[in-house]
Amino acid sequence: MEGMEEIVEQSLREMRETFASGRTRSVKWRKTQLAAIIEMVKDNEDKMCDVLFQDLGKHSTEAFRDELGFVMRSATTALNFLDKWVVPRKSNLPLLFYPAKGQVISEPYGTVLVLSSWNFPISLSLDPLIGAISAGNTVLLKASELSPNASAFLAKTIPSYLDNKAIKVIEGGPDVATILLKHQWDKIFFTGSPRIGKIIMAAAAEHLTPVTLELGGKCPTIIDHHSVSKDMKSVVKRISGGKWGSCSGQACISVDYVLIEQSFASSLIDMLKPTVKSFFGENPKESGCLSRIVSKKHFQRLSRLLNDPRVQASIVYGGSMDEEKLYVEPTILLDPPLDSEIMNEEIFGPILPIITLRDIQESIGFIKSKPKPLAIYAFTKDENLKTRILSETSSGSVTFNDVMIQYMCDALPFGGVGESGIGRYHGKYSFECFSHEKAIMEGSLAMDLEARYPPWNNFKLTFIRLAFREAYFKLVLLMLGLIKK
Amino acid sequence: MEAMKEMVEQELGELRQTFASGRTRSMKWRKRQLSAIIEMVKEKEDEICKALFQDLGKHPTEAYRDELVKGKVISEPLGTVLIMSSWNLPISLCLDPLIGAISAGSTVMLKPSELSPNASSFLAKTIPTYLDSKAIKVMEGGPDISTVLLQHKWDKIFFTGSQKVGRIVMSAAAQHLTPVTLELGGKCPTILDDRSISGDIKTAVKRISGGKWGFCSGQVCVAVDYLLIEQRFASSLIDMMKQTIKSFYGENPKDSGCISKIVNKNHFFRLSRFLNDPHIKASIVHGGFTDEEKLIDIEPTILLDPPLDSEIMTEEIFGPIFQLLHQLRDIQESVEFVRSRPKPLALYVFTKDNNLKTRILSETSSGSVTFNDVMIQSICEALPFGGVGESGMGRYHGQYSYECFSHEKAVVEGNLAVELEARYPPWTTYKLSFIRLSFLEDIFGLVLLMLSERLHTTRLQVNYDTNMNRNSVAKSLYTTELRLFSVVVNYSSLNIIVVIQS
Repeated sequence: MEGMEEIVEQSLREMRETFASGRTRSVKWRKTQLAAIIEMVKDNEDKMCDVLFQDLGKHSTEAFRDELGFVMRSATTALNFLDKWVVPRKSNLPLLFYPAKGQVISEPYGTVLVLSSWNFPISLSLDPLIGAISAGNTVLLKASELSPNASAFLAKTIPSYLDNKAIKVIEGGPDVATILLKHQWDKIFFTGSPRIGKIIMAAAAEHLTPVTLELGGKCPTIIDHHSVSKDMKSVVKRISGGKWGSCSGQACISVDYVLIEQSFASSLIDMLKPTVKSFFGENPKESGCLSRIVSKKHFQRLSRLLNDPRVQASIVYGGSMDEEKLYVEPTILLDPPLDSEIMNEEIFGPILPIITLRDIQESIGFIKSKPKPLAIYAFTKDENLKTRILSETSSGSVTFNDVMIQYMCDALPFGGVGESGIGRYHGKYSFECFSHEKAIMEGSLAMDLEARYPPWNNFKLTFIRLAFREAYFKLVLLMLGLIKK
Repeated sequence: MEAMKEMVEQELGELRQTFASGRTRSMKWRKRQLSAIIEMVKEKEDEICKALFQDLGKHPTEAYRDELVKGKVISEPLGTVLIMSSWNLPISLCLDPLIGAISAGSTVMLKPSELSPNASSFLAKTIPTYLDSKAIKVMEGGPDISTVLLQHKWDKIFFTGSQKVGRIVMSAAAQHLTPVTLELGGKCPTILDDRSISGDIKTAVKRISGGKWGFCSGQVCVAVDYLLIEQRFASSLIDMMKQTIKSFYGENPKDSGCISKIVNKNHFFRLSRFLNDPHIKASIVHGGFTDEEKLIDIEPTILLDPPLDSEIMTEEIFGPIFQLLHQLRDIQESVEFVRSRPKPLALYVFTKDNNLKTRILSETSSGSVTFNDVMIQSICEALPFGGVGESGMGRYHGQYSYECFSHEKAVVEGNLAVELEARYPPWTTYKLSFIRLSFLEDIFGLVLLMLSERLHTTRLQVNYDTNMNRNSVAKSLYTTELRLFSVVVNYSSLNIIVVIQS
């Protein structure tokens, strides 16, 4: 640990020096780094798919879609728009301040810490990195030790592509994280569980460090089968993709559970079963298209959720597990007890509870009774229901008639609210996430107003009153002595 | 304590219920509350001034000028928010964030500072008679009640005060993952480049003096804390400042009625302690008189080069003591001086030298920078007001106030009509190519791909140009029977070359 403390201190020192030198502020430097990230991903596509397969059993298509392609696109967007993002924003000042001018400029925070998660270890490391670089910061990245191959890949490869005095990678687990969090950072960006999020924020509080916390939660999916009956096939397909098609349900924006009217539950299950088969064949374990559970610990966690006898009783499909292969079969539950662990914890696995309601309108109350999720998915064409969802619930985002695409759209802010997170990123929001917007005011020494200074009197008070009301005409009258004080 | 805990729980419960009812989301409700605040301030102006005079000895003009409020707009309210304000501007630092929270449609618990008891009780008594008392509540008290409040979960906490308490607030917020805006303080440096503004030096000195003594006797987060000047300018500057102080407050500042008092004995002793340090005492060039009885004073005091490691040079002064640091041989050194210290809330620079301006903007960091004036950035609603680093996090004023209390929720409308097989397992080469081309937003390539599927092609070859900005993509489409065509698409120059072969 001594060795690690020293490494951290040294890295910090070097990054701060680099930042102080001003090098990372130049747009040219930032673009060079961003282009290098794209190059790194292109050059190492196979290797990256390899490590993702080793860590999570991800198929290369999933790896490309969710991580590699996503990162390249994100870096390209930043490259293409950086010149625009760095332009100061002029402010229109009220006439009262004439001839002063105002603007807001974005400046880097300084030296930032990015802590990423294991489920998308490449994109959840590189995407925030892209934001931090675009904003001109120096960055220390710590990838998750639960995806050791991806972490090792990043630690080894990043220094050979990026400016290694400005961007550093450290590997390790909670012990390294603890050391890192003792230090003062100018910003901390964390992706992970709410439990760890609290620890991070508490550590940040000691140094008054701003944080962005991309956490999780149970993302509910509402199916209003009345209004989407004609499209049920697509609905079921999308929900299935949203549960099992990305890292086996181990994603913060995975469909966690479904809400549907009782009368339609069994039809839904009858449609889900063949869909799962169409995705993964008769034997999902051998399909090569279903990611595995990341670790024994998480496997045991999911085991525990399923082994609750009342939950077991609610299994209508799947349920088999293989600890050696860290495999959990795509599983469907029908109405597990609402007080069971599986209905109160983020599942983060390939188990889909279906919760039935008498009326789909009850889904609103149901969602509101739980912590604010990162995403709400609602399949409906009923405008009333849509309005109710938007105005009566709160979540990081709401997606109608699809799942997970909000993540891909970098024109939209991606982040949680309440227990699902603080702050947001993607696209320009990534740039803003790692920037401090500094207000600049250019005053003029040419004109001075006596009313600004003591000694106070009625004239000055009247002047100030009128000034605040922006009653310019009256101000002129006052100064000409034409109105009473 | 038990009773207090119960009271908090009850009030919080009612606030949450009110929020859940949806009442605070209606535009009509918000506008009505905002109008009510304006009405309250108008109708109770005298009472407000009285309370401020009792708490801080503020002259009504100062009171009016500084405790002004405005408000604005919306996204989705965060819910039930806690606002804790400071004692130095006890009306505006309560009402201004309150306005932001109301604009955003949140329910609010307001806790003014116990160090300004008259203002606090005025708010506690009057707000319920003007505003929706099930949605906006005021609680009075000190650290004990703050502790109780902070144990609960809020949807947002807005705090104005010291760094020390800011840390406590954020730590408490962390337990519930509550987002915070912390308006803290710091030592706001002022740089006076007398050479470049020689013609306007009188105005500059006046503004700087106003920025030190004209606002709550220096007890303001954006007050001028210390001044950096070149060595040779010190004695002229001190002479000018002395004259300016006289013009503001006459021969006897404590009798002028225009100078605010130190808020309480604690702070008075804090400041006296600074001045009693022998090293500091030795640096006094004007003022230095303290009158514990009247708590007004600490008269306007100027120090010349107090030791840099003294407490007064490392802590935010928050009082009418002005340090002039004149050891700089060249004003350019001020940039490094500022950089070597914690990031301040505001940085004031009097200069017409564009080089120096650029250096300051790019080499220092602060909540804001104001050139050739002081403090006006804090009353300009068009600009975000907030700190960075130890001076704070988050910002408000104008539109930023309502963003501060809002959650910007992303909403996406999917389309059930268009279904893409490539989204779903089982994964194939086709689907991977499809996804690749989708990421490139290469519609043309996608068309070719789908065509190739139809024609049962053996492969689609896609080569990227390494510089994606030029976006040159060469694609060849092969069928089992013939090489259909090669297409080179160069987007940057919009060339499309199609070669058909058989």
